[in-house]
Amino acid sequence: MQKIALIDYGSGNVRSVERALVAAAEQSGRVCDVRLTRDPDFIADAESIVLPGQGAFAACMHALQVDAPLLAAMTEAVQIRRAPFLGICVGMQLLMTTGLEHGEHRGLGWIDGVCRVLETTERLPHMGWNEVTPVRPHPVLDGLAPHRHMVFMHSYVVEPANSEAVAAVSHYGARFACAIARDNMIGVQFHPEKSQTAGLDLLARFLAWRPA
Amino acid sequence: MTLAARIIPCLDVKDGRVVKGVNFVGLRDAGDPAELAALYDAQGADEICFLDISASVEGRGALLDAVRRTAERCFTPLTVGGGVRTPEDVRALLAAGADKVSINTAAVMTPDVIDAASSAFGAQCIVVAIDAKQTGPGRWEVFTHGGRTPTGKDAVAFAREASERGAGELLVTSMDRDGAKSGYDLDLLSQIADNVRVPIIASGGAGTLQHLVEAITVGRASAALAASIFHFGTHTLGEARAALAAAGVPVRTV
Repeated sequence: MQKIALIDYGSGNVRSVERALVAAAEQSGRVCDVRLTRDPDFIADAESIVLPGQGAFAACMHALQVDAPLLAAMTEAVQIRRAPFLGICVGMQLLMTTGLEHGEHRGLGWIDGVCRVLETTERLPHMGWNEVTPVRPHPVLDGLAPHRHMVFMHSYVVEPANSEAVAAVSHYGARFACAIARDNMIGVQFHPEKSQTAGLDLLARFLAWRPA
Repeated sequence: MTLAARIIPCLDVKDGRVVKGVNFVGLRDAGDPAELAALYDAQGADEICFLDISASVEGRGALLDAVRRTAERCFTPLTVGGGVRTPEDVRALLAAGADKVSINTAAVMTPDVIDAASSAFGAQCIVVAIDAKQTGPGRWEVFTHGGRTPTGKDAVAFAREASERGAGELLVTSMDRDGAKSGYDLDLLSQIADNVRVPIIASGGAGTLQHLVEAITVGRASAALAASIFHFGTHTLGEARAALAAAGVPVRTV
């Protein structure tokens, strides 16, 4: 039984991430205990960690920080034990050192960079299905068919300091990083849990991922 | 390499059941919302919209249950609206499984709810629904309460206000065209498109696939919402995507 910790810190629609992880596990024949949790003991044992996120950068970061045992357990699991980690939307943006949404705020800083507004002449928020183009091989992204669309719902994007952290890009008036990765961490700006088959396939690959 | 135009089947829901009004009267039962939504999800709907027209508390409970049951079976974004008055209503719908919440009457009566909901949950999940009726050449008035109450507000000015207050999208319904199947009000859509920076969802009047195309190419909407043409099997979502693609509109690969 593979334990999957879906971090529960009061973020918006986490049930859809939970359902999608369960569906992805089922379709790939994987026996998983997917749990929406803030329990440090469960997180300490979890084989994979998923951090969802919806709303403002600072509000999400604050919600993590006020639960010190949760943040400590997640940090230990991802930074020390190096469990596979997936950040979704704001859960990915929090990986950055700094967030520039409504002022300047500190993020987790696990990947160097900033989260800033998407500079584009197109309409914002960036809403709907857009193409995801991997720019380097990655076990979670490999297998994504060319021109595959995923669901986006955001106005802010990440800009890693080291461009090697960029794993996939999308275009919306401007090119932006829609997936970033380093070591045992991957983050996606789009919503795999809302991207039908392509999204469930990506989650299945994440559940199977064993970073070196 | 570009954002796809969205086609959104809309389910009008009353007491947990799907109905579709013609000019908002003469409701006709078209089934269970979760069943219908799962069908559209399988057809590759880009998004699914629930508009609740229940007046009663029991109806609201039935809606939350329908949203829960639908969200369980859909892996595509779900927008829910109808009777949303407070940020607490928004929270309840998000918790039930909605990805976005649409605010209509309350957005007009107490526009502060737009600011409050947007700052609490993020602009990306707040849709303001505007029901507009033409009052003269190039002029439209906002109506509330399911199209029954005139407000004296100019639709284009209100669209601008709603987007400035934090709406992440505008769902623009032409009351004149709703249920008439004569095509969207393209003047209304393009007027609003010129005046706001947020995406617009066209609603009211879809009768043919060409109407969906025009909403995007002429009305400059980012998404086209339709009910009857899909509910009664006139067209499938696949046919709608093909029509958009044939007209050179970017659609997604399903």
